[in-house]
Amino acid sequence: MLKGCFKNTGKYVQHILRRERLSISIWVLAIVILVLLLTIAYPELSPTEHERQIMAETMNNPAITAMFGPAYSLDDYHYGIMMGHQMLLVTALIVAIMNIILAARHTRGDEEDGLSELLRSLPVGKLSNLGAVAIVFLGTNVLMGLLIACGMTALNVEGVGFAGSLLYGAILAATGIFFACITILFAQINQNSRGVVGFSLAFLGISYLVRAIGDVGYETLSFISPLGWIGRAEPYASNNWWPVILMLGVAAMLFAAATYLNWIRDMGAGFLPEKKGASTASRFLQSPLGLAFRLQKTGIISWCIGVFVLGAMYGSVMGDLESYFDSMEFFKDLFPVIEGVSLTEQFIPMLMSIMAVLSTVPPLMFFLKLRTEEKKNLTEHLLTRAVSRRSLLSSYLLISILASIVIQFLAVVGLWATWIATTNEATSFITLLQAAAAYLPAIWIMIGFSVLLLGFWPKGTGVAWIYLAYSFFAVYIGEIIQLPEWVVKLSPFGHVSQIPVESMNYTMTALLTLMAIGLGIAGYVGYKNRDIQA
Amino acid sequence: MPVVEIKNLTKDFGKVKALDGVNLSVEEGEVYGYIGPNGSGKTTTIRIMLGTLRANMGEAKIFGKDSWRDAVEIHKNIAYIPGEVSLWPNLTGGEVIDLFIKLRGSNGSNRRDELIERFDLDPTKKCGTYSKGNRQKVALIAAFAIDADLFILDEPSSGLDPLMVQVFQECVKEVKQQGSSVFLSSHILSEVEKLCDKVSIIREGRIIESGTLSQMRHLTRTRMQVETRHEVTGLGSYEGVHDLEQKGNSYTFQVDTEKLGTLIKYVGGFDVLKIESAPPTLEDLFLRYYKQDGGEG
Repeated sequence: MLKGCFKNTGKYVQHILRRERLSISIWVLAIVILVLLLTIAYPELSPTEHERQIMAETMNNPAITAMFGPAYSLDDYHYGIMMGHQMLLVTALIVAIMNIILAARHTRGDEEDGLSELLRSLPVGKLSNLGAVAIVFLGTNVLMGLLIACGMTALNVEGVGFAGSLLYGAILAATGIFFACITILFAQINQNSRGVVGFSLAFLGISYLVRAIGDVGYETLSFISPLGWIGRAEPYASNNWWPVILMLGVAAMLFAAATYLNWIRDMGAGFLPEKKGASTASRFLQSPLGLAFRLQKTGIISWCIGVFVLGAMYGSVMGDLESYFDSMEFFKDLFPVIEGVSLTEQFIPMLMSIMAVLSTVPPLMFFLKLRTEEKKNLTEHLLTRAVSRRSLLSSYLLISILASIVIQFLAVVGLWATWIATTNEATSFITLLQAAAAYLPAIWIMIGFSVLLLGFWPKGTGVAWIYLAYSFFAVYIGEIIQLPEWVVKLSPFGHVSQIPVESMNYTMTALLTLMAIGLGIAGYVGYKNRDIQA
Repeated sequence: MPVVEIKNLTKDFGKVKALDGVNLSVEEGEVYGYIGPNGSGKTTTIRIMLGTLRANMGEAKIFGKDSWRDAVEIHKNIAYIPGEVSLWPNLTGGEVIDLFIKLRGSNGSNRRDELIERFDLDPTKKCGTYSKGNRQKVALIAAFAIDADLFILDEPSSGLDPLMVQVFQECVKEVKQQGSSVFLSSHILSEVEKLCDKVSIIREGRIIESGTLSQMRHLTRTRMQVETRHEVTGLGSYEGVHDLEQKGNSYTFQVDTEKLGTLIKYVGGFDVLKIESAPPTLEDLFLRYYKQDGGEG
């Protein structure tokens, strides 16, 4: 009965590789390069033994543990340990996402698009697709793991030896294989590929959360989560291989289950009943604004959580900042001693500027969604009904502006909450809020600029992102390498008052706000008078 | 006052001239067919009528109002179905239909549920899982669910199966009976023949022919097949006869529709054994115009 089930699997493998040669290469290379760059970066960041010990102390707190996993070997915190503690889990998350996206595309995605049916009508076995996908993902992940292991060893960084690097690469490869298998299993159960990606990412997210709770308090929980196992491998210290073996073992079982389900089901079918949606629109979904919000709901909520977590991450290390700065020559150059202002307070404006630039990403996305909708011929549905261009534009603009305020606020709440929780002497919440609010007019100028682009040069809305990237460069790098004044001033972020070091410059704030409004109004005029174009 | 009045409408996209002086008018209660090959300017005309594109020259008036300036006001009384219906993949069909009805500004009762049944659509499914035909149905249901004075339909039945095409044609007839006007752009000639009172043919941004269907038929030729007892003399040189083929006393030819009457009298003198004629179709007209480069207007 099983005869011929895997017929032509080899050709199928070639077919997948030919289709994905570019995306697989880019993903694998990007991850390998990221890992290698980090390996080089750590010795640059903290060159002396003393600095590493201070870092070890800053890293040993619940917030960091929740984020990166449990600290280990703190008394000898060398570069290998730093990688294993601070970067392994994060890299594993990226590897997992890559595998989820690619595996979903080649299983349920192909089935949905009818490609599998086309191939199955040829002399190809019933299980060839699954077999081929397994071979491709096994190969890709093993290759990535080997490249990482060899690359890290070859860099010859103190403390980053072969045994640890091999385990480091192996963990990442095993994580990749594990999540590819989870995705393949969900692809049998769920009937559409969006659902498969959603289920798999949810599984990843829950694993991460369960591990975080477990690592902070209830260690048994960490053993339920595959991501929790990663934190027990301790590369470059005890070099435990059982997490790798456990992960591969479970992955094999998942794949066997997927194969069985694939064998007993019909082409195109799933095991979950297709979820029925609402047959009528809710009261909320009755206006351009309601629609604009509904379409971006997931994005809005995710960004709010993300920015809050980012703030919390910074907040958790603020308490140790003063001692950290004291130990590093690098920071002493950056923040010359000012009478009556602590180093931490000097750091706040810089932190705020970086957070403000990052917080500009979601409002820009929420606004420029309007352009994406236009390109897909979806705004036509609204504009050919009794909806004016002004009200359509206003809907997206309103969401964008509200998001800019809420997101800045959440970042500050996150920052302050973990700061006050880890020390008792945080800068006052009001001061932090002022420092963040001072950046709002600059964010609005970025939004206003994208309104202008949408109005007059819809094909060029990407320029808004380039300008934002420039701002990040000018504000962040400019601060470190002392770029000329005008380079920084070309960005709206370069004009914001540096609270709490400086006091609020209300004239400048008013000017920036007026400019944002001016850009916006011009954009409205352009949008009202131009063709709607796909 | 005509419901739609388009005068000297011109539109360029960069160097490409999409419309080059289009004139047409739709009277109240009329079903107006607008036919032409791909890229001839049908959709551009419709988009200007809807105010999503702005004309470079000329004007388009609907209900006597300017289609660009008074777009929102006009849209309260029109229903539009685009040629290629794209929808939001994560909203259900039912949600989209409700949203569309609401955005027209209607609060009152509507025929939504009745139409969902007639078009056999599952409104609980996400639009991302709909086929092209099902997305088309969503647009059709939203358009026909509430009364409108003018329906603008851009190739509305492409992607529908024959059964649904029939439902669609019934809907058009119903709104016509209620006195609404319909502007129907189409490729499907049998549909235009079945539904339309008046037709315009557009080619390369210019209207090359327009009028009622019977007026149009004067411009077409009827294909005839005649068998006689005696040889028909002088048929080859008879005015209005084209493409004559003779096999013994059996003749196949085309004749200008306006010369049909006199020709039949003439042929009658040769003792007809059998006579067959194929009626002129819009297809013939269509092909005659599109095949000839720069066919006479």
